[in-house]
Amino acid sequence: MSNRRDFMGMALGSFAALGALGALYAAKRTWDPLPSVKSAGFTTIDLSPAKENELVTEKWRGKPIFILKQPADAPKSDREIHVAGGRYLVVVGLCTHLGCIPAYLADKKQFKCACHGGEFNSVGVNTFGPPPRPLDIPPFKISGTSLILGETGPEYEKMLAAGLTLKV
Amino acid sequence: MAHFDEKAKPFSHKWLNERMAVDTVKKVLSTEYWIPKDINFLWAMGMILAATFGILIISGIFLLMYYQPDVKTAFDSVNYTIMSEVGYGWLWRHIHGVAASVVFLVIYIHMFTGIYYGSYKRGREMIWLSGMLLFVLFSAEAFSGYMLPWGQMSYWAGMVITNLFEGFSPTIAGGVANFPGFVEWLRGDYVPGQAFLTRFFMLHVFLLPLAIIAVIVLHFATLRLPHVNNQKGKEIDFEEAAKQYKHGNKKESKVIPFNPVFLSKDVFVMGVYFILFFYLVFFHFEFAMDPVNFDPADGLKTPAHIYPEWYFLWSYEILRPFNKDLGLIAFGFAQVAFFLLPFLDKSPVVAPANKRGLFKVWFWVMIVDMIVLTVMGKLPPEGIWTIIGLVAALVFITLFAVLPFITKKEKKA
Repeated sequence: MSNRRDFMGMALGSFAALGALGALYAAKRTWDPLPSVKSAGFTTIDLSPAKENELVTEKWRGKPIFILKQPADAPKSDREIHVAGGRYLVVVGLCTHLGCIPAYLADKKQFKCACHGGEFNSVGVNTFGPPPRPLDIPPFKISGTSLILGETGPEYEKMLAAGLTLKV
Repeated sequence: MAHFDEKAKPFSHKWLNERMAVDTVKKVLSTEYWIPKDINFLWAMGMILAATFGILIISGIFLLMYYQPDVKTAFDSVNYTIMSEVGYGWLWRHIHGVAASVVFLVIYIHMFTGIYYGSYKRGREMIWLSGMLLFVLFSAEAFSGYMLPWGQMSYWAGMVITNLFEGFSPTIAGGVANFPGFVEWLRGDYVPGQAFLTRFFMLHVFLLPLAIIAVIVLHFATLRLPHVNNQKGKEIDFEEAAKQYKHGNKKESKVIPFNPVFLSKDVFVMGVYFILFFYLVFFHFEFAMDPVNFDPADGLKTPAHIYPEWYFLWSYEILRPFNKDLGLIAFGFAQVAFFLLPFLDKSPVVAPANKRGLFKVWFWVMIVDMIVLTVMGKLPPEGIWTIIGLVAALVFITLFAVLPFITKKEKKA
């Protein structure tokens, strides 16, 4: 008798658990970003109009993208992107601490975040405060004088492999 | 089978009693639910919270009739439609905003009363834990509600708080505690957007209120057997005292029934409270309406200074002075510290803090520290403020670390 009851209990329990797992998976998938949100994640930006030491802000996946043409006399950094003879810093303009937008202080050649006081130098490396890492470089592919953000080209792959940025 | 009187009139007292035992229910939940006499106005905070929650629900229902959870129209539906077109729409909004802020003030008073009188231990642990669960749910409710007007503070608070769920830096332990994909999953987008707004809208108007109501019922249930504490922390023989009261020795008995005797006192305190509450609603609602949130959300512009509402400032200030990973640990600690109170307090003594030796010092240092953290959280993270904030955060952590040691030594008075 007890064996039959145990069997019934286990059968009921297993089916209920299976159903619960299925429902949980469906719930998880419902919270996922929609395909339309994911597929809208590509942006082409022309770098040629950028001026030296003057911050340009573009938008990619809803996030601000900072483009900063480095002055000719600025020290070289492997975080720069070389396009048509110019050296550019292209980063996601969100502080790597908690995601506020840092301001660029052109006279100090420095980014400063007002939220928690974090600072970054002109190639986006964190120099002060709570940010744990340099500003992230978005995935890019060079095409003439433009960058296609969201696609990955060999230059980006190299930076990623060298650990200069995280995948965003 | 139970006995049913055929002659009982439908819905008469007798008829209902036979079907639902209304007399027994009434006794257990109200007329023979005994409350100690030796209490003060601080014991009315629970009912004030219940009443304020009721006001939040009623004002929320009216706001819900015109609010539009769409990133393009949300801001205007609140700031234009509800505020200037809907008849008395401003009233519901100001009641809702003021109540959301004041409810936390009363929660803190309720909490610190419990800590001061030792009402979290010796049979009252479940009251404390369910109460802390309510605090977390109210915090989630407040945060999700803050997203809805879709102003600059909504957007950037949403950005900063969801970013906390990214976890620790990828460099820590090979990135096992780093979940960047989780943040996008939570938002349903790369940044807070339409999916984010609609899901927080759902949480705010349905799932969280439902959970809050369920936990309020649990909170009441945990209170029924241990009964409320009293001003001296005395153990009362409730059966004996109840017998005395029922025999007419009301003066000698140490207890009174919840209804109508205690409730009448509750209602008086509530009256005083609502005078203050409606004074704020009609004349000083602006303290609950951050001016920065009257700019529409803009993902390309961070406000110069981001700070949470006053009731989150202390835990925000514990996060702020550290680097990202330490800050996350400190912040996580601040969230669970109060949950642990019944287990960190090793003393069996239930008495007011002022009668408990070192615990008295502990209690008042904790109160002052929370106030310092709150003030520092509002000030910009510069110069001396950063240092005071760091010291206050370290004091908070130390307080909970030393509590078991200072209470272990406590002698039974």
